[in-house]
Amino acid sequence: MTTRITLSQAFQQGVREEMEQDDSIIVLGTDMVERGGHFAQLRGIGTEFPGRVRDAPISEAAMVAAGVGAALNGLRPIVDLNFIDFALGAMDEIVNQAAKARFMWGRGVPLVIRGTAGIAFYAAQHNNSLEAGFAHTPGLLVVMPSTPADTKGLIKSALRSGDPVVFLMHKSLTGLRGEVPEGEHVVPLGQAAIRRAGDDVTLVSYGALVARAERVAERLEAEGIAVEVIDLRTLFPLDLATIEASVRRTGRLVVASEAPRHGGIGGEIAAAIQESAFYYLDAPIQRVGALHTPISHSPPLIAAAIPSEEQLERAIRATLQPEGAAA
Amino acid sequence: MIGVSEDREPLPLELAGLESHDLVEWLGTMLLIREFEEALDPLCLSGKIPGGVHVAVGQEAVAVGAMRALGDGDVVTSSHRPHHHGLARGVAPNPMMAELFGRADGTGGGRCGTMHIAAMDRHYYGGNGIVGAGLGLALGAALAAQVRGSGQVALGFFGDGAVNIGRVWEAINMAAAWRLPLIAFCENNLYAVETPTAEVTGGDSIVRRAESFGLPAVQVDGQDAGAVFRVVRAARERALAGEGPTFVEALTYRYQGHNTGQVMSYRTDDEVEEWKSLRDPIARLRIALTAAGRLDDDGFEALHAAARAQVAEATAFADASPWPDLATADAGVTEIDPQLRGNP
Repeated sequence: MTTRITLSQAFQQGVREEMEQDDSIIVLGTDMVERGGHFAQLRGIGTEFPGRVRDAPISEAAMVAAGVGAALNGLRPIVDLNFIDFALGAMDEIVNQAAKARFMWGRGVPLVIRGTAGIAFYAAQHNNSLEAGFAHTPGLLVVMPSTPADTKGLIKSALRSGDPVVFLMHKSLTGLRGEVPEGEHVVPLGQAAIRRAGDDVTLVSYGALVARAERVAERLEAEGIAVEVIDLRTLFPLDLATIEASVRRTGRLVVASEAPRHGGIGGEIAAAIQESAFYYLDAPIQRVGALHTPISHSPPLIAAAIPSEEQLERAIRATLQPEGAAA
Repeated sequence: MIGVSEDREPLPLELAGLESHDLVEWLGTMLLIREFEEALDPLCLSGKIPGGVHVAVGQEAVAVGAMRALGDGDVVTSSHRPHHHGLARGVAPNPMMAELFGRADGTGGGRCGTMHIAAMDRHYYGGNGIVGAGLGLALGAALAAQVRGSGQVALGFFGDGAVNIGRVWEAINMAAAWRLPLIAFCENNLYAVETPTAEVTGGDSIVRRAESFGLPAVQVDGQDAGAVFRVVRAARERALAGEGPTFVEALTYRYQGHNTGQVMSYRTDDEVEEWKSLRDPIARLRIALTAAGRLDDDGFEALHAAARAQVAEATAFADASPWPDLATADAGVTEIDPQLRGNP
């Protein structure tokens, strides 16, 4: 049985089911109890679980620190930061406390740090792409689903994990509807999904870009170009095995992200695949990413900064040209 | 600064109400801390301990007085100057020294070093390399204690330097707003690394600043183990009664520099001598115990000899301990349950 619900509702469903099964789960965040957070991502949970959802002061450092300390003392907190940009006020607590405790003290920190991420409105300070930095930090798991079903399945896994999970939900996918399995539906951590099969080019992405990649793949199919679209879902650990197996078939790889191209997840994948599958590649790997700039307010300027469907298409075509011309 | 004469007697301290406590054990632990800490600088300078350490010689009464007022299940977190807290909490000297040496038999198998020694089985969530961060972990432990109804309190130590970092006040505000069973314990040794704290702190009172967050704030003589014990015990009882957090400021002094081998040009010899001669926490407790007939000179010498022997044994133990297995360098950073794991 599935129901057609939004990505936010799928998140709620996953959290609700886990909270029913596990008394140790609590939620800390601003405007959580009545409003359910700034994206209604937890609407209803506060009244369904009295006392287990707390409206916190706007103190990100204290929220995350409280989450870490509570996790060390027997709870399984969700610290909901609303916008992941606000994690910057709690960077020590995430990087130096949450991520280090298991390494230093042998005690895992079962903590979910949820934030809405990706590129949309509200300009420079609310549109940071921090995922590569989190993935670069040993001790953190990083998740960014692109569908409602995966959002439910991955929050359930995250709430069973013994390690801190940075759980990123894309702004523009908040109201995205999709079929979501009712009841137990768990998506493994570290497992990518093949959204669309194809033998000509592998296109790897995550978050809101996955749907754009699928539309491009659909258009190119009319020309006889079969693009395999892989949705990473988990950004650490990366599912390189799925990508490599695909590249061994297609011989061509495009990595695409809304984050700035420099120093991103895409570059890591490109490097890893040329190490493990260089002799299977028929063309240089193409990286598609945002310009190296903060995000603007004006919609045309936003569009100019982040990858368009046309850019994705050019990158795919570039891998099909004998000289591998630049995208 | 007042000049110091040779014959000035240490300030007396009051043992009333402490009759049922093993104050001789307190003194023995303070001597262990003193001997342990004083052994470290040479071990750093000779290379046995990689890097430097922050020692708390002079601050022994803070650790022992506070720790003896807590229960075994209570949670404690510490700062970058953590050895006295760890030893007072019951971390054994041998694995603590081996950890400082970076050896396999250390409390963290050589991963932690001076600032991260912990004893999770004793609910001691370690020192912390980041100023004020330990208080945040204690805040969370207090939250869990409240949610779980576990009957624990959490005590977070931080220094006077930490009263000027935002996270400390975020934590104190949250604890006050939620009435958490937290003891926010400021160990004021007057210097934030090498800067006199008074020069960089607005207002003239740390406890008054704390009070404005809506919780009781108490200043105590940190060189009097009994006084520290009394305020922490009262704070603990208050927390257990559901009345929320307490802020404690203990006035104390570190005899050595901030870190190993540092020259102290930022304070006068007279100031150091005054603290040593008038307020030394070991001398004061010894005198009070002797006056109360609870300890004689032979008894004190026996405690002192035992402390020296423990430190000598710990040093030999650490020196004999092997280096860690290199295959463990990246072991256990994350541990994803295979049932939750996709492609390994």
